[in-house]
Amino acid sequence: MNLEIILFILLATIAAVTSVLMITRKNAVISAVFLVLNFFALAGLYLLLNAQFISVVQIIVYAGAIMVLFLFVLMLLRTENENQILTDKKPIKYFAVLITVFVFLQLVFLIFKGEPSRDLTPDEIASINTGTIQNIGRELYTNYIIPFEAAGFLLLAATIGAIVLAKKKFE
Amino acid sequence: MSSIPMEYYLILSAFMFAVGVTGVLIRRNAIVVFMCIELMLNAANLTLVTFSSYMGNPAGQIFVFFVMTVAAAEAAVGLAIIIAIFRNKLTVNIDEINIFKW
Repeated sequence: MNLEIILFILLATIAAVTSVLMITRKNAVISAVFLVLNFFALAGLYLLLNAQFISVVQIIVYAGAIMVLFLFVLMLLRTENENQILTDKKPIKYFAVLITVFVFLQLVFLIFKGEPSRDLTPDEIASINTGTIQNIGRELYTNYIIPFEAAGFLLLAATIGAIVLAKKKFE
Repeated sequence: MSSIPMEYYLILSAFMFAVGVTGVLIRRNAIVVFMCIELMLNAANLTLVTFSSYMGNPAGQIFVFFVMTVAAAEAAVGLAIIIAIFRNKLTVNIDEINIFKW
């Protein structure tokens, strides 16, 4: 057991447990807080995978910006607690859980059906810097410059769209 | 990185995706349903980053960057829509928002 495996087990457990807690809490604000914890655990996992840039962006964009937006909306709209998440015995809920279990088993089956993973070749170990900000930045501004500009345009459109939609009256 | 098999990350990702699907199906609060969609997006991101770093190819991480951009745009517009609906119906319970049902 080296440090890497211990960290993986710890972070993976946090991610799995917080995701389950998130969908079973009655209060939406507590769900949001568990989702933030989940995002932090994922950022740690990205670091373990040598994806430093993505890890930092995960904390800034997801745990920072997006979840603050969610919490603000939850604060503005007073929503009642859902008391019947787990006690409600509607058949449709059993059906939902059945579908989910099926999806999960299908994914696991496909993961193990594929070629099993092997040890890294020296060539791949040399590529350990894949996730550094220099590498990502170089790729982003050379090979992916048009998608990058398109993403900027999309954000502009989304900003205008959100303001128009949330305005008092739209004619 | 080499000491942990890739499958572990993929199974964690599959589990988080399945939990997100359950959340979308069983929750009735529109904002929580939205958060479950974010959870599923993150599960997909974890898969992309895993493949990207085990294969030494940055394309997957750049794709994750774009997914995050789209998720931010989606969250802004989606929450604005929820606010607009709340203003009209005074609820965010998706059982009561049935104006298009017949």
